[in-house]
Amino acid sequence: MKSILSALAAGLVFGLGLIVSGMVNPAKVLNFLDIAGQWDPSLAFVMAGAAGTVFIGYRFVLKRDKPLFEDRFTLPTATRIDARLASGAALFGVGWGLVGFCPGPALTALGTGAMPALIFTAAMLAGMAGWRWLVRN
Amino acid sequence: METATAFTPLSALAGGVLIGLSAVMLMALNGRIAGIAGIVGGLIGPAPFDRLDRFWRLAFAAGLVAAPLIWMAATGAMPEVSVTDSLPLLIVAGLVVGASTQAGSGCTSGHGVCGLARLSPRSAAATGIFMAAALLTVFVTRHVI
Repeated sequence: MKSILSALAAGLVFGLGLIVSGMVNPAKVLNFLDIAGQWDPSLAFVMAGAAGTVFIGYRFVLKRDKPLFEDRFTLPTATRIDARLASGAALFGVGWGLVGFCPGPALTALGTGAMPALIFTAAMLAGMAGWRWLVRN
Repeated sequence: METATAFTPLSALAGGVLIGLSAVMLMALNGRIAGIAGIVGGLIGPAPFDRLDRFWRLAFAAGLVAAPLIWMAATGAMPEVSVTDSLPLLIVAGLVVGASTQAGSGCTSGHGVCGLARLSPRSAAATGIFMAAALLTVFVTRHVI
């Protein structure tokens, strides 16, 4: 139960961060990516603030034996930089650049009731399910 | 169709720190990486794991979706979300983002924030590639086509 509440709280804080930073708005994301046009560098500050905070925070957290509400830390084990990673990342960049939504902001934008976010999120979930189905079969 | 946005370094930095704090919370309390594509991806498709695993994922996603309501209650205004794209483009982009983040094992948060902060070479490579592809995509759609 505690781990469910802590995940809910973390999701809320994450969503508020997306709102405060403006990253929930695809127009801001696309203007960040549009260096040749009306460039808005704000998102570089979002990435720096987030990654910097995690860099410092993880140093303290990962020194402990285990997380507070679970038995162990679950960290990624894959280390290979292979074709699947590269092609997945390249396609993700294309999809992100087309509309300006990545998975987190799409979900938070969904909460504002914006219809484009609903359509994008439904397609995104279908894409995730489709890929997982393909890999399984 | 291009909406101008103002350069807002302070609120961007503050929002980024909140995102970082969320990721630190999720690691300290749940022992999990705050990668949205991974968290949400684990909710759909086959479940080779403990069914209980779904609850924290669902709770985190619910928090993301509920955040604008908290914001609305506190400030009286919904956050701005301006999208002018057509329905087919929204669907194509959504499908691509969904499938590609599962294939590439992460998105902006998993690779770009948590992975970079862990100094993971794999995440650094992924972040470099998706940033380059996104910059190129926007250049082509806004300045070439």
